Amino acid sequence: MILRAEHLSHRYETEYVIEDVSLYLKQEEIVSLLGVSGVGKTTLFHVLSGLVNPTEGHIWLKEEEITGQAGHISYMLQKDMLLPYFTILDNIAMPKKLKGASKKEARAEAEGLLEEFGLKGCGSQYPAQLSGGMRQRAALLRTYLFAKEVALLDEPFSALDAITKSEMHSWYRKVMERIRLSTIFITHDIDEAILLSDRIYIMAGKPGRIRAELSVNAPKTRTSDYALTGEFLEYKKKILELLKHPC
Amino acid sequence: MKRRLQNITNRSIPFAVILVLLLLWQLVSAAGLVPEFMLPSPVDVVLAFGEDVTLLMEHAKVTLTEAFLGLLWGILFAFGAAVLMDRFPKVYQGMYPLIVLTQTVPTIAIAPLLVLWMGYEMLPKITLIVITTFFPITVGLLDGFRSADKDAMDLFRAMGASKFQIFRYMKLPGSLSHFFAGLRVSAAYSIVGAVIAEWLGGYYGLGVYMVRVKKSYAFDKMFAVIFLISIISLILMKLVDLLQRAVMPWERLKEEKT
Repeated sequence: MILRAEHLSHRYETEYVIEDVSLYLKQEEIVSLLGVSGVGKTTLFHVLSGLVNPTEGHIWLKEEEITGQAGHISYMLQKDMLLPYFTILDNIAMPKKLKGASKKEARAEAEGLLEEFGLKGCGSQYPAQLSGGMRQRAALLRTYLFAKEVALLDEPFSALDAITKSEMHSWYRKVMERIRLSTIFITHDIDEAILLSDRIYIMAGKPGRIRAELSVNAPKTRTSDYALTGEFLEYKKKILELLKHPC
Repeated sequence: MKRRLQNITNRSIPFAVILVLLLLWQLVSAAGLVPEFMLPSPVDVVLAFGEDVTLLMEHAKVTLTEAFLGLLWGILFAFGAAVLMDRFPKVYQGMYPLIVLTQTVPTIAIAPLLVLWMGYEMLPKITLIVITTFFPITVGLLDGFRSADKDAMDLFRAMGASKFQIFRYMKLPGSLSHFFAGLRVSAAYSIVGAVIAEWLGGYYGLGVYMVRVKKSYAFDKMFAVIFLISIISLILMKLVDLLQRAVMPWERLKEEKT
């Protein structure tokens, strides 16, 4: 088990946004967090990444407690957040620079990974010159370079059009096979959750709680064709039920 | 190709307007509708300029030096003030009204005071330029620092970035376009500021030249120096543009894409 969170609650002023959330993440596992908007998924990510200190609860990375400490877990958002005034390479190298590596070291490490992430030849371009899909690739590579153990992805593909999104899914699976990054990702797209993850947490209610947990027992190397199988539809039906009647 | 042609025509419109106006002016003067000593014709102005060109250049050199030094110090002070105000909210609360207040004081009123306090040399001129250019640059930088995306800052904090790193990698480069917008205005202000200060007391500079030709009713020379000042201001603003393009290559790429 690489990440473990127990009994996390967080409130802003008097109102609880998430309550008693416990979850875990195994090595190399991809887990998705599914729920409607406003259920507290992003707050949960803020807590997990250490941006926000939870009102109650604890988080461990491996054996070390990291509750309220930023800088251990990498984080990626729906918006790519690439800085427009740096080249792709410098954007990707940023986490290394923030950790105190020299510009040269940081660039060298980033450069070595460009091809693996399908960004070969894009390093010297500026974000504005790339398509949305390519920018998200760069954002994921930056996330990966920041912390190679656990990544939190907050709706990473939801701003993309359907075709690009499907391309990104197969790209993502291919990259994940190689870099084996343990990941939790937020989505409100049920298909995406089933296609990409090993396990799904369903969040619901106000304050948000984890209402159900579901394992997807499909081959790791499933393609988008998996979405056409009966098995896929069974999962989808189950999830829809759970979302409708969360208790 | 068609677009390019259109671009050229679009650009030539202002030139055409100016040309027509000059022609009209020349005609009015040639027809004797306005006495020549009141409104010299454009040709006379050009001749007057040619006559005094060495003298004008010498004075322009002084004015430009003052403008440059004033602008430089203005930028330095503005930068310091903007950084402090961004970093410490208390400083912002305390200083901002004061900075706004400096803008409400008429330049023309403080310039003679500065001359009284600091003498006829360059110092009062530079001080006046600092006072006039400081504001647009400070406000530009401050807006720029504050325009940093909140989510991106969260992301940087999640990556363990320090306050200084957030400033260095996000706020500073992110404020450049605001800074240049302020600088463009300030560059024009700096020349006008220098001329006003010279006008009100000094030994050299285009403002001093202006006072002298005014006193001798040489209106043709007056117009010559007015045009020179406009041209210098335009050149300075163009230089700021060029500098911006060199410093911010990503902006240009955005234009090319769209």
